[in-house]
Amino acid sequence: MTKHTTTDTAAGGPGAVPAMEEDLAIASAEVPKASQTQYRPFVKRVLAQKQGRIGLTITVVVLAFALLGPLLLPWATGNSATEFVAKPFTEYGLFGTDNLGRDVLSRFLAGGLTLFVYALLATALGMVLGTIIGMIAAYTGGVLDSIIMRLNDVILAIPQLVFALLAITVLGPQGWVLVTVIGITHAPRIARVARSATLGVITEDYILAAEMYAVPRWKIIVRELLPNITGPLSVEAGLRLTYSIGYIASLSFLGLGLQPPAADWGLMINENRIALSVQPWGVLLPVIAIAVLTIGTNLLADSFARAVASTSVENT
Amino acid sequence: MTTNPTTTDTVTEAGDHSVVLRVSDLRVATTAGDEILHGVSFALKRGEILGLVGESGSGKTTAGLACMGHFREGLKYSSGSVSLWPRGDETAVEVVELDEVAVRALRGSRIAYIPQDPALSLNPAMRVGEQISEVLDIHGFGSSESERSARVAEVLGDVGLPGDRVYQKRWPHQLSGGQQQRIGIAMAFAMYPDVLILDEPTTGLDVSTQAVVLDTIRRMTVANDVAGLYITHDLAVIREISDRVAVMLRGDLVEEGPVEGVLEHPRHEYTQMLMSAVPDLAGRKTIGDGTAGATASVEDVVDEDASDEHTTTVLMDSPLLQVKDVALSYGKAQILDGINLTLNPGECTMLLGESGSGKTTLSRCIAGLNDDYSGQVQLWGETMAPSTRKRTNEQRVGVQYVFQSPFSSLNPRRSIGQSLSVPLEMSGEDNAAARKSKVEDALDAVRLGRSFYHRRPGDLSGGERQRAAIARALVNAPSVLVCDEITSALDVSVQASIIALLRTLRQERQLAMLFVTHNIALSRHVADNLAVLNKGKIVDYGPTDEVLEDPKHEYTRELIDDVPKF
Amino acid sequence: MFAKVIGRRLILSAFILLAVSLLVFGATLLLPGDPARAILGQQATPERLAALNEQLGLNQPAWQRYFTWLGGLFVGDFGTSTASGGPVSELIGERIGASFVLMLLAGVISVPLGIAIGVWSALHRGRRRDQATTMISLILASMPEFVIGIGLIALFATSVFQILPAVTLAPPGEPVWNLPLQLVLPTLTLVLVVTPYIVRMMRATMIEVLDSGYVEMARLKGVPEQRVIMRHALPHALGPVAQVIAIQLAWLAGGVVVVEFLFRYPGLGQALIDAVTYRDVQVVQAISMLVAAVYVVVNLAADVVGILTNPKLRSAA
Repeated sequence: MTKHTTTDTAAGGPGAVPAMEEDLAIASAEVPKASQTQYRPFVKRVLAQKQGRIGLTITVVVLAFALLGPLLLPWATGNSATEFVAKPFTEYGLFGTDNLGRDVLSRFLAGGLTLFVYALLATALGMVLGTIIGMIAAYTGGVLDSIIMRLNDVILAIPQLVFALLAITVLGPQGWVLVTVIGITHAPRIARVARSATLGVITEDYILAAEMYAVPRWKIIVRELLPNITGPLSVEAGLRLTYSIGYIASLSFLGLGLQPPAADWGLMINENRIALSVQPWGVLLPVIAIAVLTIGTNLLADSFARAVASTSVENT
Repeated sequence: MTTNPTTTDTVTEAGDHSVVLRVSDLRVATTAGDEILHGVSFALKRGEILGLVGESGSGKTTAGLACMGHFREGLKYSSGSVSLWPRGDETAVEVVELDEVAVRALRGSRIAYIPQDPALSLNPAMRVGEQISEVLDIHGFGSSESERSARVAEVLGDVGLPGDRVYQKRWPHQLSGGQQQRIGIAMAFAMYPDVLILDEPTTGLDVSTQAVVLDTIRRMTVANDVAGLYITHDLAVIREISDRVAVMLRGDLVEEGPVEGVLEHPRHEYTQMLMSAVPDLAGRKTIGDGTAGATASVEDVVDEDASDEHTTTVLMDSPLLQVKDVALSYGKAQILDGINLTLNPGECTMLLGESGSGKTTLSRCIAGLNDDYSGQVQLWGETMAPSTRKRTNEQRVGVQYVFQSPFSSLNPRRSIGQSLSVPLEMSGEDNAAARKSKVEDALDAVRLGRSFYHRRPGDLSGGERQRAAIARALVNAPSVLVCDEITSALDVSVQASIIALLRTLRQERQLAMLFVTHNIALSRHVADNLAVLNKGKIVDYGPTDEVLEDPKHEYTRELIDDVPKF
Repeated sequence: MFAKVIGRRLILSAFILLAVSLLVFGATLLLPGDPARAILGQQATPERLAALNEQLGLNQPAWQRYFTWLGGLFVGDFGTSTASGGPVSELIGERIGASFVLMLLAGVISVPLGIAIGVWSALHRGRRRDQATTMISLILASMPEFVIGIGLIALFATSVFQILPAVTLAPPGEPVWNLPLQLVLPTLTLVLVVTPYIVRMMRATMIEVLDSGYVEMARLKGVPEQRVIMRHALPHALGPVAQVIAIQLAWLAGGVVVVEFLFRYPGLGQALIDAVTYRDVQVVQAISMLVAAVYVVVNLAADVVGILTNPKLRSAA
C-alpha cells in the first residue's frame, strides 16, 4: 500500500518533474543548437544515469534470488520450505527457524517468486486497462471523456488497499482476487497518466498531419500516438510495479494475501514478527529483500522519468 | 548616410561622460564549462539606445542579463567587466564584482529590465499597482507612502495608462498584452534608472501594439535621459528605435556602429547576410539566395500565366481553387465571415492577418482539417467535402498543407523517410521502392538531400525540419500548397532561405500557393495577390502592389503605417 | 463566482460519494453464502435463520436494502456487525478517535516538514544536500510502510535500542493519547511514509516556479531573496502542492490500516483487518465509506486552496 496517488497529479511520476527542470534550465539558456540534436535511444539514456544502473542491478539481483530460489531447494539448504526441522525460533542453519520450526533460509529462498509474479501480473493488467481507457478518453474527448474521468474519480476515492480489503472480504484471499483487484485499482491512476500524455501528443501537428492524409484512426493510434507516450507509460509501469510489490507484500503481511503454509516474504514477516528480538532473521531477511526490491524498481522508474524528460527537451 | 564609417573610436574614449555602462571582454560559460559569450564589449550612453541584434542562440539575452549581474540557471560568469557610472557619481561600480546586497540595490533602481513576455513576467498573483510600488518600496523611493503612491500614478500616466486606484487594483490577467508590457515599462522607469535593458519587449505583440510600445519606450528613454540596450532579432525594429547597433553571432560581437552605417553598409559577412535576409515592405531586393533577376523572372512567368490563363488551362473556366462564402462560428463568436478567395495555377496569394484574425482557421478549412464551416471550397470547379477524410483521393493530393511549427509537425519517433512516405501510402502508392524514390526526389527538391531519409526530426535544425515538412507536402505533386505561417518559428536568415525555396518551387512546378502570415513585410517577396483578413473578414483583396499602394480599408492603412519601415 | 465554482465541486463530490456507495454496496452482492448463517453458524435452525433474515431485512430485494443502508448512513446507522452482533456504529465510534489522533499527528508533522524540506531542497538545487534529499526521499517513497515500520521497531524498540514500545498496549477504555510514548513509532512511520511525497512534489513545483519569468523579474527588480521566495515564489507553488497533500492525507485515511495492524494500535484500521478476517461485511462497508468521505472532503479543501492562491480562478468571470 503505497501512496499511489501522488503521481496522478504529476503526470509521469515523482521523478518526472524534478528531472525535467534541469534540462529546461539549460535549454532556456542560450546553448548552441548543435548540442541538443544528439538522439540517443531510451535504454541508453536510462543506463547513462548512475541511478539507472544501480536500480537495474539491484532489481536484477533480488529477482534472481526470487526466481532461482525455489529451484535451489532443497539442494542448497537441505530442506524444503515447509518441512519442520527444529523447535520454533531456535538456531538452525544460517538463519535459524521460524514460528513453526521451519528453516528460515529455505522459506526465504522460496518466498519471493509468487510475490513477484503476482505483482507483475497486477501491473500488466493495470497498464493494459489504464492505457486503453486513458487513450480512449483523450482521443474521443467530449462526453465520453468526462464520463470515464468521473468514473475514475469514483475508484480513486477509495484507497487501493481498502479496495483490496473489500474485495478480499467478499471473494476471499485468493491469488486471482489479489491480482485482479490491484490491477483494476491501478487502472484509473494509469489512465490519468495515459490520458494526459495522449492529450499532450494529440495536439501535436503530426497527429493533425496524419488526419489530413486520412490515415486510418487505428493506425494513427498505433504509429503516431503510442510511440510518443511510451516514455511516461514506462515511468508509470516502473512505479506501478513498485506499488504492486508493496501492496501484495502488505496484504500477505496482514494475513490476507498468500495463505499458510505457503512460503512468502510478506507472510513470513507476519508469522515471525513476535520474535523480532529473539530470532530476527525470519523478519529481517524478507523485510530487507522487499525494501531492496522496491528501491530498485523505484530507482529504475525514476531514471525512466529522467530519460523521458531529456527526450522531450530534444523534441521541442 | 555615410558620414563616419569608423565605428569604435567614440566608445573607447575613457573619459566620455555620456558613457553610463561599459561591458569589456565579457565571457560567460555554462556550468558544464562551454563558453557562451566569447569576450563581448560594448558601451551604453545616456539618452541613446544601443540595439543588440542576433538570431536565436547568439547569446544576446545572456549579454543583456550580465549587465545586471544576473546569470540564468546553468550559466556562470567567467571573466571580463561590467562597469556602471550611476547618475551623479564619478567613479564606476563593477557590477559583476559586487556582493549580492549591493547588486540588488542597483537592480530595478539604477539598471532596470523590461522582459520579453509580459504575460510571464508579471506575477499573476499580485495586483499591477502593487508590482510597481514594490520597486519603490524596496529601493526606498521618496520619504513617504503618499510620495510613492503618487509616483506609481505618475509613471502609469507616463506610459499612457490610467493611474487611478481602480486600475492599480487590477490583476495582470485582466490586461491586454500591450497594457501588460506598458506596466513592465512603468515598473522599469519608476525609479528613474540610468540604464534600461530591453529584452525583445515587443516580440509576440501585434504590429499596432508594437508601434505603441516602441513609441512609449523611445519617448520615455529620451525624457528620462536613460541609456538603453535593446535586444532583438528584428532588424526593422532596431532601425526604428536605436541609435547604434551591435550584431552578435554565436557569442561574439561581430560588428558595432551607428544604425545607418551598419545597416546600409554592413562590413561583416554575417551582417551582410542578415541584411539581405530581412524582408522589406518595399520589396526592393530578393531575400534568400536567389539572384537579383530571380524575382523578376518568376513574376514574368506568373504575369504571363495570369494573362493567358484561359488558353493555357485546358481544364475548365473555373479557377484552380475557389473559396466561396466560407463562414464559421463557434457559438456567438464569428471566426470567419463570408470569405471569398480565388487562386489560379502558379499564383501565390498572401493571406495576411494578425493573431485572432481567423487566418489559421481559414487555411485549415481549405485543407480539410476543420470541417465546421459553411460555404464552399472548390478545387478545379468541384466542391470538396469539408473533411479531408471525405474528400476524394485526387482532392486530398491536390491541396497540401504545411504546418506552422516544424518542431511539431513531424513525429519525433519516426524517420523523415517514414513520415514523408505517409501521403504516398494513403494516396495508393503501394510499391515501397517507388515511394522511397519519390520521397528522395522530394528531399532533393527542397535541397535537403537524400541522406536525410533515415534521419529523425530530433537531429535536424528548425530550417531543415521545415524543409522536410515542405517535402512531405510535395511528394504527391500537389496543385495548391497552403503554407500556414511556415516561417514564423524560424530565424530571419532561415526564413529567407525558405522563402527562396518556395520561389524556386513555384517556378519549377507551377505550384499555386496560399501563403498565410502575420508579416506584411513579406508580401512583396512572395505574393502576387494580397488578402487582408481582419476579425474574420477580408477587408482588402487584390494584386499585392495595388493593395499596398492604395489600401481600401482603414485597417490595412494602419497596418502599413505601423510596420517598422526598413 | 467563487461560490459557484465551489458549489460545482460540492455537487461533484456528492455524486462521487453516491457512486462509491453503489460500488461498496454492490460488492456485497457478490458475497457467496448467507450472512445470517455466517452469524449464527452451521448449526442454526431454519427458523432462527429466517428470523434473523427478517430482522436484517435480507428478504427484501437488493435495491430496497441499498436505500435502507444508504438512508442509515445519513443518520449514523451503519448496520449490524455480523461478527459481534452489535451495531457497527458502536464499534466504529470507539475507535475512530484513536485513528483520528494518529492521522492528525502525522498530518500536522509531515505537511509543514515536507513543504519546508522541499523548498529548502529546491533553493539548493543541484548541490550535494539537494541530491541527498532527493535520493533519501526517493528511497523512503519506494518502501511499503510496514517495511519502514519494522525498520523503526528493529531500530528503536528491539534489536538496536530499546527505548520505545514496539506495540500499543492500552488497557481497554484508556484513550491512546494518555500514553504518548506509544504514539511515537506509529506516528513516525506515517510521517516517514508521507513526507517524501510532499518533499518531492514541493521541490519540483518550487523549482518550476523559481525558473518562471516573474521570479526572474522580481530578482531583476532588486527584490530581496527572502521576499522573492515568500511573496513571489511560494504562493504559486502551494496550489499544486495542496493537491498532492490532499491525496497524501486521504491516503493516510486508508494507509493507517497497515500501521495500526503492525503496532496493534486500537484504531479503525485494526478493526478493518479484523472485519476482513471474519468477513464482517457491514463493518468493511462502513469503514470504506468513511475513508471515501475523508478523501472527498480533503480534496475539496485542496480545491479551495488552489482557487484561493490563483487570482485568475478567484476572479474568473
